[in-house]
Amino acid sequence: MLTVLLITVPLLLGLVSFFIRDDFKRRVLIVVCSSAHLVLTGLVWGNGDGVNPGAWFAFDHTGVVFLAITSLLFFGASFYGIEYLSGENHHEDNKDEKRRLFSREAVFSGCFLLFLSTMTFVVASQHLAVLWVGIEATTLASAPLIYFHRTKRSLEATWKYLLICSVGIAVALLGVFFLAVADHHREEMLLGQMIASARDINVPWLKAAFLLLFVGYGTKMGLAPFHTWLPDAHSEAPSVVSALLSGALLNCAFLGILRGYQICIAAGLQSYCQEIFIVFGLVSMAFAAVFILGQTDYKRMLAYSSVEHMGMIIFGIGVGESAVFGALVNMLGHSLTKAGLFFVAGNILSYFGTKRIADIQGILTGKMRWSGALWMTGFLLITGTPPSGIFLGKFIILKETLFQGRNGLAVVFLATLGVIFIGMARIFIMMTLGGTAPQGNQDNFYNRNTFLRIWVPALFFVLVITLGVYFPYWLKSALGEVAHELGGG
Amino acid sequence: MTMWVDFIIVAVLLLDLMMLSSSRIRNCIQIAAVQGTLVGLMPLFVESHPGALSPVVASFFSIFLKGVVFPWLLFRALREANIRKEVEPIGGYPLSLLMGVVMFAMGFWLSKRLLYPDPFVPALGAPVSFATFFTGVFLIISRMKAITQVIGYLILENGIYLFGAVFLGGQSLLVELAILLDIFAAVFVMGITIFHINREFDHIDTQKLSELKDIITSK
Amino acid sequence: MPAKIAQFILVLTLSPFLFGVLNRTKAFFAGRKGSPLLQLYYDIFKLLRKGAVYSTTTTWVFIAGPVVSLSAVITASFLIPWAGHPAVIQFDGDIILFIYLLGLARFFTVLAALDTGSSFEGMGASREMQFALFAEPALFLSLASLARVTGQMSFSGIFSTGVINFWPVYGPVFFLVFGAVFIVFLAENSRIPVDDPNTHLELTMIHEVMVLDHGGVDFAYILYGAAVKFWLLGTLLAGMFLGASSRGWMMDSAVFILQMSVLAVIVGVVESTLARLRLLKVPHFLIIALALSAVAFILTMRS
Repeated sequence: MLTVLLITVPLLLGLVSFFIRDDFKRRVLIVVCSSAHLVLTGLVWGNGDGVNPGAWFAFDHTGVVFLAITSLLFFGASFYGIEYLSGENHHEDNKDEKRRLFSREAVFSGCFLLFLSTMTFVVASQHLAVLWVGIEATTLASAPLIYFHRTKRSLEATWKYLLICSVGIAVALLGVFFLAVADHHREEMLLGQMIASARDINVPWLKAAFLLLFVGYGTKMGLAPFHTWLPDAHSEAPSVVSALLSGALLNCAFLGILRGYQICIAAGLQSYCQEIFIVFGLVSMAFAAVFILGQTDYKRMLAYSSVEHMGMIIFGIGVGESAVFGALVNMLGHSLTKAGLFFVAGNILSYFGTKRIADIQGILTGKMRWSGALWMTGFLLITGTPPSGIFLGKFIILKETLFQGRNGLAVVFLATLGVIFIGMARIFIMMTLGGTAPQGNQDNFYNRNTFLRIWVPALFFVLVITLGVYFPYWLKSALGEVAHELGGG
Repeated sequence: MTMWVDFIIVAVLLLDLMMLSSSRIRNCIQIAAVQGTLVGLMPLFVESHPGALSPVVASFFSIFLKGVVFPWLLFRALREANIRKEVEPIGGYPLSLLMGVVMFAMGFWLSKRLLYPDPFVPALGAPVSFATFFTGVFLIISRMKAITQVIGYLILENGIYLFGAVFLGGQSLLVELAILLDIFAAVFVMGITIFHINREFDHIDTQKLSELKDIITSK
Repeated sequence: MPAKIAQFILVLTLSPFLFGVLNRTKAFFAGRKGSPLLQLYYDIFKLLRKGAVYSTTTTWVFIAGPVVSLSAVITASFLIPWAGHPAVIQFDGDIILFIYLLGLARFFTVLAALDTGSSFEGMGASREMQFALFAEPALFLSLASLARVTGQMSFSGIFSTGVINFWPVYGPVFFLVFGAVFIVFLAENSRIPVDDPNTHLELTMIHEVMVLDHGGVDFAYILYGAAVKFWLLGTLLAGMFLGASSRGWMMDSAVFILQMSVLAVIVGVVESTLARLRLLKVPHFLIIALALSAVAFILTMRS
């Protein structure tokens, strides 16, 4: 019942908000909806939703954790969105245009809630084909969000996102069919049943199926070398959307891979998958390192940082044992930190009106000092400086790698992290130093509406730091269960 | 029955080759439509539950979408965007055609590697569906216009659908419809995007969509 | 043995007749009465009575061209079975010899054309070779597919097993091979849409332009060689619809001649309804044949 509500409430409210003409009402609706979603998520976390083994939708441990991350991010984004949207729209003089049916913001709000609904659909799916349907739906729901600014550049980004992700996900569909062939005694591809009888699965087909799923969902997850859409979409989307793409959507695609991985584990193919994970994890990190070094656009830099973190997470899963737990901690930390960073990037973009790093100076001064401080904090957190939760994740992964005696991997892992740290530090320092921020005209709308735009990312950062300092027992046991489901210790 | 299945499958393959060698966007859309219809017929021939209604319904919906709705959407986009009618492939048509044969050989090799446990599946099903899949990918890579890329996507989906129909005759109807709905939505959204691209850029040549890249030379 | 000699003689005598049927069909579509069915015989005899004029720039190659071509084609006709009955000569792999004999004929035609030193003929020779580049592998692959399907390695083996019985099982393969061989057939015999045998516009001609300088007996050889080649390649197409021979030699032969005439009519219809392709498009057309035959060959590898 809770599951159904979780999916349908945002769906219905999203459809409704397409038809609301008043900006303010719509923004309230988003906040109400995401709050309700968070409450329902809390209930699911607390009680569970009576898992019925034949059901298409249910929350296992993995699903709940992914749901919680998604819900939390949407909750933050909806509050941040209030001021962000009014900031984006305030200079639109034409009142008629604003109050028109299906105005730009109405489409945004509707798709925003549909995006939430489809992501919930994904994390709740226990049926692999239904999961596929959900992941494709997230692409379609988020494409209009990326095109929010209605510029040529955002259009280009939208097209690349749509096409590359759709093709990638089509590959995953072939993978789903392969999986059905591998397990051809079954009519319904329910995860629990497939895991239970995985011993009878045809191994060559399962291997091929896993590869296809990996490439397909990996495209959407932003693993190099299939990541090409990611920097474009993340940099051109409105910052609030970038935060969700990076923090929640990539995780959803990741979940698609993990579902396949769960079946492979049960069929005794764990080491086969792990090798793939490790290779693509390191390749993604290396790609990200190279592109961060020479980056000129700070939102693209954040996007590449997401590629890096996805690589790191998948590397952790690949190493196995306790590194799986580390990867999950890293994922949690990354989602919160990266969402916070994109929110702050949105503030910087609103104030300076440019994404070019070279045009920005002295963000720790003047009107920008609070956002600037958050920006620097975010940098330290995302690069895994203690006491960041990400530090904890990275550290566990590294420890497990060394513990298994894979010193070569550990060296490459550390080296790429070092390069990325240097690359990002250069960019953040360039943005901080060098004189003072221009005062701008006092009329700048952004100056007057910064309360939520500062506090939402601040809250996320506080959560990440808390994670590094004090790791609550209930969270540890929940992540432990997930790690167990994913073949870790 | 098997002979009809074989003929449909070979026709799908020939349509791939025709697609690779045809130079008019209009023809490409028609070929995709015919292929979609043929592929949509498959559930009627390969059937695991005799007398069941679901293959008929699935077949009806997929033919309706692939044979009627998608071509209509694409023709509309073609008309509204006022696109030049040539396909303009990278590498020319003969090369594309030879690539088609190479892709079929690849699909054949692949299906030899993956032996299917059930002997009742038509032997040509796997190679041709792989070949169609590869053809779709190849079209997306080698054709520069947004609309031809969508056609490539449709071909790719046809390949996957053929695979599904041949190997998994008895998938749950609801799932199948959901997948079709998704693909429909994807094509619909892409169609709208093409419209916007044409309005913003006055062309739909995706090679010229190159403003977003990493190495930015000094401005 | 008498039957074999008889069928060999029949091939040599009946070949020009097919052109008569073909031209009549075209004339019918054009609303003309058309030339007599035996026109090509008259032409050949007329030319045989004439002498030839040789340019001073030509050498013995120019004279050897038509002779070698015709003899190669006639040699090839020894290998081709008649109405499902074995050919005069048969051995495993005679398929390859057949293709190379046709290649030899082409080679000498081209050499003779180049020997004139005329730029026009050089152009025709270049085109001929370019198109052969695609047509020959297509023919090879098609025959290889037939060989795989029937499990026979010689023409007589393939076409005397009753090819039509394989259609229900290998339908798609035959379908593709027929398409490929038909395209090669049109190209090799310089028919529309590859070449127009009636045009004398040098810019678009292929075969015709190569033989412009030949006259008299030489030209008679060329015309006759073309007719025999038409028959031989046509046999491959008609052969795909042959049943196992059962009704006696006379009956089979009658049916076979009828089949060949139908083929000539079909070609006539094709020529009347299609337009000649632009020269640049011809390789594309031939590559289609190549693709079809390659696909057919891959299909035979299943099972």
